[in-house]
Amino acid sequence: MIQHLTFLPVLLPMLAGVLLLISPFGKNKTNRRVTSVILSAVAFLASLVLLLKVQAEGIQVYAVGDWSAPFGIVLVADPLSTLLVCLTTLLGFVCVLYSSAGDDEKGSFFHSLVHFLILGVNGAFLTGDAFNLFVFFEVLLIASYSLLMHGGDKKNTRAALHYVILNLVGSAIFLIALGILYGVLGTLNMADMAQKVALLQGDDVYLAKIGGLLLLVVFALKGALLPLHLWLPNTYATAMPVVAALFAIMTKVGVYSMMRVYTLIFGDEAGELSHMAQSWLWWLALATIAMGAMGVLASKDLRKLTANLVIVSVGTLVALVAVQTIEASSAAIYYLVHSTLVTAALFMLADLIGRQRGNVADRIIAGSPVAQPRLLGACFLIAAVAVIGMPPLSGFIGKVWLLEATLNAEYTFVFWPLYLLASLAILVGVSKAGSTVFWHHQSQETENAEQERVYPVQLVALIILLSGGPLMSIFAGPLSEYAIGAATQLHDFNNNIKVILSGGQ
Amino acid sequence: MELLYASCVGLLVSCGVFLILRARTFPVVLGLTMFSYAVNLFLFSSGRLSLNKAAVLGYSSEYADPLPQALVLTAIVIGFAMTAFVVILAIRGKTDLGSDHVDGKLPNQTSDKNK
Repeated sequence: MIQHLTFLPVLLPMLAGVLLLISPFGKNKTNRRVTSVILSAVAFLASLVLLLKVQAEGIQVYAVGDWSAPFGIVLVADPLSTLLVCLTTLLGFVCVLYSSAGDDEKGSFFHSLVHFLILGVNGAFLTGDAFNLFVFFEVLLIASYSLLMHGGDKKNTRAALHYVILNLVGSAIFLIALGILYGVLGTLNMADMAQKVALLQGDDVYLAKIGGLLLLVVFALKGALLPLHLWLPNTYATAMPVVAALFAIMTKVGVYSMMRVYTLIFGDEAGELSHMAQSWLWWLALATIAMGAMGVLASKDLRKLTANLVIVSVGTLVALVAVQTIEASSAAIYYLVHSTLVTAALFMLADLIGRQRGNVADRIIAGSPVAQPRLLGACFLIAAVAVIGMPPLSGFIGKVWLLEATLNAEYTFVFWPLYLLASLAILVGVSKAGSTVFWHHQSQETENAEQERVYPVQLVALIILLSGGPLMSIFAGPLSEYAIGAATQLHDFNNNIKVILSGGQ
Repeated sequence: MELLYASCVGLLVSCGVFLILRARTFPVVLGLTMFSYAVNLFLFSSGRLSLNKAAVLGYSSEYADPLPQALVLTAIVIGFAMTAFVVILAIRGKTDLGSDHVDGKLPNQTSDKNK
């Protein structure tokens, strides 16, 4: 059992998804909810155990079907991918818990789809094979298509149509890129590819460059990097908020893939092709931050505001990926965890606030007051402080760290002012939204007495996410040590190659 | 053979892109299908084109690279599922939005007309 631990974060959600389709686990909604919550908690615990094991014993390499690398597919659990797997399963658990208050019954097969999505995301984080990455991308995408349509209306259909078509084109480009890379490198194992890229000669160098940059297009589309970000605000704002909260991890899959591909394969050791995507990533990231910040100021409802915050966080992460130093990567890892938790919490809060305000829903205009202003206001305050990056919560630490990490980067004089201005824009946007929603009322009385109050499970889910802010700043010491360790591992080219290709010895 | 193969892929891609840019759901679905055919052909060729070589089974001194064939099979299966999904979505889009344009309304149509 213990030697298969690396595979469990992929296997458990798959089993959970299937179990939830059959009787007796999927028979009625109580059974479904209980099974789903328990199984997602089990998946989270399994990934925590994996995290401890990776901490104790170093990188774990799991050869699927015992076919050793580079011929078979390997799953690689290093500190970075394991951390993200833990984050994903935690988010899955929280979303399943939150949806148990009633959202899951607005369409069919909600719980199964969530588990399949987690399966895809975990697989994409763990895999060490480029084609397998494509397969896991497709798994998570098809689950996300159905989740996006879950309990949707007309606006939702349109956003889903755009999202699906764009992603199908993206998948086709992904395959072309993999075809080119396989054609010139003769391998799809990422560690092996990294080794062979340096040995390319003649025209093959340019072909590999085309392949690598096509991959960038795909990852930019998944990660919502400018100019391929246009799908994100509508998609996230029309999906059910609990689904949007779960989707908070999906843009990070794109960013993570960039980290892997452009640090490992096209990194320091890639000869002529080393750091080929950097110059693109850097400027695109800056433009993305600017665009997202403008979007935050222009948002008309809380969900769109949060969707734009997701875009800003993607821009920030990609800028850090483009710097490609150990400090920048460790700041990126810390910021990634923080931003995923806080944006997911904001989506849930937007949902809760929207439900209590009657017809105005979550639009940022004066309307009827929320039924539980103290509770929701306090939650919103914590989330807002964390997302803006004010002390003492995790956002501040992440921000200071990333500013420090970019201090010696080539174009710091562009990044710092731009990023700080964007932070100011977020500060203005979020505080305007908060004060309008909580303090500006059209009538003093609550519009209808029977407003939905927050269910206990929703509150528990929300508190788990929100506690990330304070906890990540209280335990900033060990967390940053972990992040630095993970980043060092990510940049340690020779060790990575050796460990992966030798099967973990 | 290479020229014929390459022009086939090129033609399929250009037709696919043209149809996708028509921005009506049915042409878009057709375009996506053509695009994925082109991609499958392209993937297949990444193992180099060759004649009279055995597949990996059997005893032969020369055999074709089996991996691209496996990749193409995977890509076909995934592409098939995705096409089925997008067809259903297109039908739902037509009923929900009242138009087969991907935006739910024609670009020159005013929004009140659509309601």
